[in-house]
Amino acid sequence: MGIKIVQPGLLATIQDLGRYGVQKYGVIVGGAMDAISLRIANMLVGNCEEEGVLEVTLYGTSLLFESDELISITGGNLRPTVDGKEVPMWRPLLIRKGSVLKFHAAVSGCRAYVSFSGGIQVPIVMKSKSTYLRAGIGGFQGRKLQKNDVFECGKRTELGEELFQQLQIEPTCLSWSVNYTSFVTFHKTKTIRVIRGSEYERFNEESIKNFLSTPYSISTQADRMGYRLTGQTVHLKEPFDLLSEGVTYGTIQVPSNGQPIILMADRQTTGGYPKIGQVITADLPSLAQMQATDTVHFQEVTLEEAQMALLQQEKELYVLKLGMDLKRSQQE
Amino acid sequence: MTNLKEDIQIRPLGDAALVIQLGHGIDEAIHNKVKYIMDLLEKHPFEGLIETVPAYNSVTVYYNPIEVYFSNGKNQNNIPYEIVDAFLQELLNRPFSSAATKERVVKIPVVYGGDWGPDLEDVASFHGLTPNEIIDIHSSTDYLVYMLGFAPGFPFMGGMDNRIATPRKDTPRLAIPPGSVGIAGSQTGIYPLETPGGWQIIGRTPLSLFLPEQFPPTLLQPGDRIRFTPITLEECQRDWMVTSWE
Repeated sequence: MGIKIVQPGLLATIQDLGRYGVQKYGVIVGGAMDAISLRIANMLVGNCEEEGVLEVTLYGTSLLFESDELISITGGNLRPTVDGKEVPMWRPLLIRKGSVLKFHAAVSGCRAYVSFSGGIQVPIVMKSKSTYLRAGIGGFQGRKLQKNDVFECGKRTELGEELFQQLQIEPTCLSWSVNYTSFVTFHKTKTIRVIRGSEYERFNEESIKNFLSTPYSISTQADRMGYRLTGQTVHLKEPFDLLSEGVTYGTIQVPSNGQPIILMADRQTTGGYPKIGQVITADLPSLAQMQATDTVHFQEVTLEEAQMALLQQEKELYVLKLGMDLKRSQQE
Repeated sequence: MTNLKEDIQIRPLGDAALVIQLGHGIDEAIHNKVKYIMDLLEKHPFEGLIETVPAYNSVTVYYNPIEVYFSNGKNQNNIPYEIVDAFLQELLNRPFSSAATKERVVKIPVVYGGDWGPDLEDVASFHGLTPNEIIDIHSSTDYLVYMLGFAPGFPFMGGMDNRIATPRKDTPRLAIPPGSVGIAGSQTGIYPLETPGGWQIIGRTPLSLFLPEQFPPTLLQPGDRIRFTPITLEECQRDWMVTSWE
């Protein structure tokens, strides 16, 4: 009983919202690259928002269901099928025992999130289910999923059970899906908003101008740890020594070759390269859905605009949750 | 006795963290203030505080902007950063005296040289010293752990004798085994996990630096002093139950 990995695909890991409180020990935060898609995936199946889900990267992952399960698929469209038939994303789905869910190829975006009603049963390590690949802890035995791995789902919440029963009786009854477009976008070229980094003033004028006005391409060296960019190089006015200090998700640092690196979910806790900018939190989900060869344009905003955008996003997420509750109650 | 507030500068690190900067350079006096601020925030957290990370001359404060915003009650004219900044300005508006805090001394047994420290000979010849002289110099000083980072439990330490400062290897190794003790420039460190790297590896400790089953999950803490103690391979096998090292 449970979910069996038929094909692991490129990279499938268990992630939640991350491991907090232990960065001072050098333990990374990790967690879902696209936290909004994770939260919505959990909402759709009646889980608490931070529950662990499966993060599927690009293509090739397939899962065999050894029992009936309520799930949802959000994030990038990796063309998911169940027993060969395309299935809708961003809504609750009942998957029958014996069915195979497969991700074929990225139509748009880079990472899909599969939530299981009741969550994924794996040990909680330092308050999180997120997989920390390099340290070999968390998630499924501290590693990416492999062929024939089996994991179990937890006990459904009251709401999850209600949805599960509804779909058992009338499989088509939940015909609505979430409008995600205000939370995360899936284009090949995107404008990503940034605020100034701590060492912004130390970069020369031309570099700053280039950084904010020319396109940057995401290189093939782009993974859960960081995205290396290629484009106009940026340079300091004069070299200076920076001591290592705390960094965060979205920090854009520049090593001496002048090509910026954006730190992503699996970044190290501290860094010593000068920081030219910082991607605003509200745009991180959209950035996380980009892949190698996609193009980023950076646009500067103020800290106030960044925090207001985040508050607005959270408000819309709250409204979305209310809307889901309303739709469910109308169906009773 | 100075007021702590006079020594600090606060700047944003994105929209969900900020940095309390305390002067510049690697300096024990600054480190004591970093420790003091870490303790202060642990005793007086604000609503929406996620965690703090110490560094050589800064404390990074991670917060949840949504929680901070709504913690401010009806007064929602300020953005989350301003609310946290105001809280910290008030919290840090107090005299600082470097009252002696308890310091832990952690002994790190090390098997120097041979297969366990493949670069010891090179480091010795680089300085025109014998391997034993390198071992003596490396193990006769206490090192202060300023911060952890790079990998879980990896100590950023100060205090290495400049006589054994050695540049990194020209070609980094693809995998350095956990427990390896190395030198890079004027720094010495211990690898908690198998990691690629260009450090000169002079020895290896049987101790685990990363302890994910425990809390705290690391052998070393910021503020610890560590002392390397040379041991033989036989002692290592007898006392530390090391049956084989890859």
